[in-house]
Amino acid sequence: MNTMKQKSSENAQPASAERRRFMSVAGATAAGLAIAPGVMLVEVAHGRPEDQPASSAVRWGMLVDSTKCATGCNECVSACSTENGWTPVAESKHPKQAPQWIRKLELQDPLTHHETNLPMMCQHCAEPPCVDVCPTGASFKRADGIVLVNRHTCIGCRYCMMACPYKARSLVHENLHDTQKPDVPRGIGCVESCTFCVQKVDRGDGTTACVEACTAAGHNALVFGDLNDPESEISKKLREIPTKEVRADLNLNLGVRYHGI
Amino acid sequence: MASITFREVEGSSLKYWLLFGGLALFVLFGALSWNYMHHHGHVVTGMDNQVVWGLPHVFAVFLIVAASGALNVASIASVFNKPMYKPLAPLSAILALALMLGGLLVLVLDLGRSDRLIVAMTHFNFKSMFTWNVFLYSGFFGLVGVYLWTMLDRSVKSYSKAAGTAAFIWRLVLTTGTGSLFGFLIARTLYGTSMLAPMFIILSFAYGLAVYLMVLTAAYAWSGRPLGDAVMTRLKNLLAVFVAAALYFVVVYHMTNLYFTKDHAVEAFILRDGGTITSLFWIGQILIGCVAPLVILLTGLSKSRSWIMLACLMIVLGGIAQMYVTIIGAQAWPLDMFPGLKESSSFFDGQIHHYVPSTPEIFLGLGGVAIALLVTTFAVKVLRLLPESLDDATVAKLEH
Repeated sequence: MNTMKQKSSENAQPASAERRRFMSVAGATAAGLAIAPGVMLVEVAHGRPEDQPASSAVRWGMLVDSTKCATGCNECVSACSTENGWTPVAESKHPKQAPQWIRKLELQDPLTHHETNLPMMCQHCAEPPCVDVCPTGASFKRADGIVLVNRHTCIGCRYCMMACPYKARSLVHENLHDTQKPDVPRGIGCVESCTFCVQKVDRGDGTTACVEACTAAGHNALVFGDLNDPESEISKKLREIPTKEVRADLNLNLGVRYHGI
Repeated sequence: MASITFREVEGSSLKYWLLFGGLALFVLFGALSWNYMHHHGHVVTGMDNQVVWGLPHVFAVFLIVAASGALNVASIASVFNKPMYKPLAPLSAILALALMLGGLLVLVLDLGRSDRLIVAMTHFNFKSMFTWNVFLYSGFFGLVGVYLWTMLDRSVKSYSKAAGTAAFIWRLVLTTGTGSLFGFLIARTLYGTSMLAPMFIILSFAYGLAVYLMVLTAAYAWSGRPLGDAVMTRLKNLLAVFVAAALYFVVVYHMTNLYFTKDHAVEAFILRDGGTITSLFWIGQILIGCVAPLVILLTGLSKSRSWIMLACLMIVLGGIAQMYVTIIGAQAWPLDMFPGLKESSSFFDGQIHHYVPSTPEIFLGLGGVAIALLVTTFAVKVLRLLPESLDDATVAKLEH
């Protein structure tokens, strides 16, 4: 039947066969141009094929250089919101109930008045209290160190929010309308937090939206990479400059390290 | 030992059905509140990303703690072989089951995804205190159910002591688990202490007995059965001991915190600067919940049954205030991620978090209380839980 339709359309427009050939070549070229960089990136950054589990040979981590983090700059927060599809708090009708995967934290020493700026988000602990307390196992840590929430088994008990020392998690308090991203599932009544842009990591981008935005803004306060690879940029930097973990006393072995705090 | 006749209450009077209907109405309000919260999400509650557990948790934890405490009267009878308590035991067991049911319903209906309850029953993480509690609560229903059966069915009466002992040990572990829900939390300044587990046990003794005494007195007064002063005196003296012990734990807990400089700010918040939380602590928890009931129970005032009832009511209200301070107060205080530094952000870091419960939360909590009382009201009508008489002469015979 398709063949018949095709024939009749060819009869109606004799020139269309040639045009179709041209279109298919052009289409293939365009598709090739669009896909090639992705393929190249996959090769360069070793993106993980979907049928393979995350590997413990990798441990994703982030370095935050608070001395480079600019006062009043919110680029990382905006980029996270755009990438992951959560509404920025300024646009929310319910700011206290609005999820915030990442926020800028301003610190001031009351004695010296010294001020520090830094982004705060899930610290991707090696020993995450949220995973310990989750009754259903919905809170989990991937082999590559990324701490996530399984949207199918989260019952919204919020025990992880009680347990997190970094206030990194948010409950989705109301129905989500059209802000969802196809590769970042979210849902009312479930808890969520920074995923280290796991969709980008798995695509092989080798970076996160916040890091890209910080770099694009010229601040270079954030570095993302594999803590297990001694040759990665993050590992080299961590060797060079002194860094600290937030609430190091809890001994949670964090994936996010701060310089200048 | 004299025998005691247990009989159902008739439950055909207008007063009975008014009570039944009134409680059912509150259960309906609770159900409607849940429906509203479930439909719109937690956005319609006073809870937010700062205070994540609100009034429903206050009611739920109070009811669960009171449930295990309500079983104490039965435990004293069978575990500690006190004959005077034997006729009081069946009501104690049914009240424990009813309160547990009410508490658990409030707890699960406040979940962000209460429709996924089946997930909580099929997916377990055994490092989670919540998971342990799922088993502790289910086991409680099973064991107390069997215990009640051994009390009501003569053919299995010989197993009563064994069942009672098992239920008693289980309830101690259960309340340890409830206290540890908070005690095992590392992040918050006021949690993360093993003190909470034994404190919750002693609180359960006080709350449970206060509820028990009120239900017992009401049941006997409204069904026109005699309830002698011997029972009342014994139970109210026991209640005074429990309340005093609860107060002792609260004092030790705060004194310990006050000794550590790092906890001075949070203690100042609870004890002095916390506004509603501070008022609920001093007026609710300490004055209404402990001091006033102790004065009533330990002085001549307790010769009057009305005063004893008032003391019980105060212990319950003080207990709810105590749960509010324990659960909401600890969350109202911001997380201290950078000790010594002032924190601020769009996520309300470094600020005291204010929480005002919404109407559906209040009715969901009250719905839990109502369902506990409704189950008890119905149970005393259909089961032989209450002795025909508990007058002094009948009780005196038991002890010889």
